[in-house]
Amino acid sequence: MNLVEEPLVTAQNAQPARVAGRAMFMLDRVGVRFGSTWALQSVSLSIRAGERVALVGPNGSGKTTLLRLLNGLIEPSAGTVQRPATTRQTLLFQRPYMLRTTAQRNVAVGLWLRGARWRDACKQADEALSRVGLAALAQRNARTLSVGQQQRLALARAWVMASDVLLLDEPTASIDLNARREVETLLSEFAAGRLQTLVFSSHPLELVGRLASRVLCLQDGRIRADLPAQEFLQGAVTGASTRSFDGVPKWRL
Amino acid sequence: MDTIPQATAAALHLLASLDPALLSVVGRSLAVSMSACLLAFGFGVLAGAWLGVSRFAGRGAVLAVLNTLLALPSVVVGLLVYLLLSRSGPLGFLGWLYSFQAMVLAQTILVAPVVMALTRQAIEDADHAHGEQLTSLGAAPLMRSLLLAWDERYALLTVLIAAFGRAISEVGAVMIVGGNIDGFTRVMTTAIALETSKGDLPLAIALGIVLLMVVLTLNALLAALRSWRHGVDGAATQVAPVGVA
Repeated sequence: MNLVEEPLVTAQNAQPARVAGRAMFMLDRVGVRFGSTWALQSVSLSIRAGERVALVGPNGSGKTTLLRLLNGLIEPSAGTVQRPATTRQTLLFQRPYMLRTTAQRNVAVGLWLRGARWRDACKQADEALSRVGLAALAQRNARTLSVGQQQRLALARAWVMASDVLLLDEPTASIDLNARREVETLLSEFAAGRLQTLVFSSHPLELVGRLASRVLCLQDGRIRADLPAQEFLQGAVTGASTRSFDGVPKWRL
Repeated sequence: MDTIPQATAAALHLLASLDPALLSVVGRSLAVSMSACLLAFGFGVLAGAWLGVSRFAGRGAVLAVLNTLLALPSVVVGLLVYLLLSRSGPLGFLGWLYSFQAMVLAQTILVAPVVMALTRQAIEDADHAHGEQLTSLGAAPLMRSLLLAWDERYALLTVLIAAFGRAISEVGAVMIVGGNIDGFTRVMTTAIALETSKGDLPLAIALGIVLLMVVLTLNALLAALRSWRHGVDGAATQVAPVGVA
């Protein structure tokens, strides 16, 4: 592991715009290794309740690994991670897994796994599906839904569980433009609602502009910049370019 | 000895006339193999699903043994069950030797590894692809294995059919522990072996035709299931065709 610390780019007033209360996640010199490859290296980071954090960076920069780490799906190979013990968090995957059953049951199963009675879970699932505009498809086999509809169904799963923390891995990467707009609108509504904390990885900068209060730029498994969203989008970093090329944000530090 | 065309014509006559001796052997065969498959399926799916998601020291060795058991010769299973059930064996007190139960037990032991190994593979593949999402939804490993088993139920149905194909077509185990007693433990495969050695080819050929029809029906079911699944949600699972061992 390369332990040479590189300077982290931060804004002059590094406090993100929508700040918040207690720390939800605290990462101290965290490294994650898969075989001989370090997917994350020397990541120290604190995310507070109420923050809307965007993770940007090229493919293979460690965004998904960081999200999985925050969700507790993997443990660090080095360093320490503190996660909130009592909050409900949901991770939305780029291609959400649909059980081979109806849309309604796919939403209800999350609640059921957390102890709700099946009948109550189904009732709440119906409400959640209405919330994301899928009420008419509640009894359809979820596997036959379009990818955009499946992404909305996954959002309904998160909504029905009243998640305090929503982690999203490229939520709009594999869906077409129209479906992307619908999902982005839903996410904006979520972010403005009861949800406390949002951490998402994204290629399209549009989503960063709409949702993020803070941007973490990752490259080669390291955090290269940690900035308020406005500053990131204005390219405030010396020599940085945040223009999107083929949907991939480019910057030089 | 009859010529083959004459024997085949006589066999077809036996089939057409629904010969009682023939029907009783076919019925017993189906009953033994179905019972064995259901027992093996109940145990094998649970154990296989658990193996598919669990990680523990020595798992590789367990899988190696399991895969070896896939090639377990039916006569070896017959011998093992014979030893277990013989009067001086640990299960001798049951008095099951040369009975319907003995044949079911032997075939259960024979096909349980098939169910376990195929289930383990199906669940492990599904877990690789989707297990993390179920964990993220709040499913602990045991619940994850059950959810994945339920979600892969059509793949597991094809496992059941494959297991039945292995059970109905084996001869060694039922011969040893059943004893091929007429009207009591005689099944299709043991009857074919006996009638052939006696030179009663019509009955042997008629039973052979029924056995082939059963295996053909199973393969037709597998194909129909696969194409239906493909139509329902685009999923496709490769399962080896059923063959006569």
